[in-house]
Amino acid sequence: MAKSSTITRVTLIKDLRLEWRSKDALNSMLFFALLVVVIFSFSFDPTAEESRRIAGGLVWVAFLFAAVVAVNQTWARELRNQVLDAYRVSPAPANSLFLAKALGNFIFVSVLEALMTPLFIVFYNLRAVGPAWQLLPVALLGTWALVVNGTFFAAMSIRTRSREIMLPLLLFPISIPALLAMVEATSSILTGEFSAKFWIVLLVAYDVVFTTGCLLLFDIVLHAE
Amino acid sequence: MKRLFPILSIVTAALLSWGLYGALVTAPTEKTMGEVQRIFYYHVPSAWIAFCLFFVNLAASIVYLVRRSLKADALAVASAEVGVVFCTIVLVTGPIWARPVWGIWWTWDLRLTLTLVLWLIYVSYLILRRFSSSGQTPKIAAVLAVLGALDVPLVYFSIWFFRTQHPQPVMGGGGSIDPRMLHVFFVNLAAFSCFGALVCWSRYRLEVVRREVEETQALESLLEPGSVR
Repeated sequence: MAKSSTITRVTLIKDLRLEWRSKDALNSMLFFALLVVVIFSFSFDPTAEESRRIAGGLVWVAFLFAAVVAVNQTWARELRNQVLDAYRVSPAPANSLFLAKALGNFIFVSVLEALMTPLFIVFYNLRAVGPAWQLLPVALLGTWALVVNGTFFAAMSIRTRSREIMLPLLLFPISIPALLAMVEATSSILTGEFSAKFWIVLLVAYDVVFTTGCLLLFDIVLHAE
Repeated sequence: MKRLFPILSIVTAALLSWGLYGALVTAPTEKTMGEVQRIFYYHVPSAWIAFCLFFVNLAASIVYLVRRSLKADALAVASAEVGVVFCTIVLVTGPIWARPVWGIWWTWDLRLTLTLVLWLIYVSYLILRRFSSSGQTPKIAAVLAVLGALDVPLVYFSIWFFRTQHPQPVMGGGGSIDPRMLHVFFVNLAAFSCFGALVCWSRYRLEVVRREVEETQALESLLEPGSVR
């Protein structure tokens, strides 16, 4: 039997190759986030000072919605030709499959963020007053927080009727502390008024708790039938 | 157990009427807040019941995940539904009380926000139960209940820190509470505890009976040779 790290790697490479050839998730996410940026920008029309205060919220709301678009497609792809049932009967550990899917989504959403950040800077005249390098750990930890829960809840919602709408309904309430931490950390860094240290620690705690929880419980979700 | 149900109903009815009389008549009117303070006798016991029921839901979900007992799952449904009802009462009576006293309907205070987030999590729990197909509902719902419980301390700390950064309206200082008020409050607390337990118990029995009926119907349709359903 193959090692679980091999299964994770193979599944991840397969997903990346599929995405590279079709670019379904990335294109829809990018266009969606672009629309959010444009609509917010002209509905608020903020000055540089104002935008520094509200940008944290806007950026993360845009990324959250875009991430939902991508994460929704994670498992739907495996329903065709009963691929998910094949996973279920195979002796491969469920966790390595989950990790591969979560890492894949993490890469997609990170690429999206890297492409969208310049646009945010242009549209909102952003310039960080606080230590800008801290935005990097906030982005990485925040993205992982969204993606690990998103991948997990997407696996839960493919079993329900109207699964597309089910994912945000499950994901948003649980993500409130992570979202608050990301938004507040980003705003603190941009305005330079507060230290973002506490929020980064909170994000680390959130990531550790939910990564452990999801890995422990994923087996039950995959085999729930 | 079945004989206990009517006894509990009678005790609950007596306690609730005693509590109502106490809250509206015997309890003295509060000096600064006035008559509106009487909502306290319903607001706080409802919150207590809602949190107790959410705790019961978590315990039942864990028992279900460990033992796979369907009775634990029925208890989880009952406690979540009744808990959401009581939590809604808290979230509705709170602003009615807050508006004349603090001058605002709502503030992002620690307790208020935590109650609202809990309410959101449990509403999503009920929606998940409603939308998933019956065979797997218990498992994924129990998983969601456990993840929701993991979320509570994180919500607590995030809002605690959020509050220290942002200015908050001042909410009534300490001060001592009149012993007569305290007496009425405890009567109401006992009455609401019995009431919550009673409603949850009825809902639990309803759920168990509903499942039995479904099972029997499924069996009957299998046994009747000519019938197509």
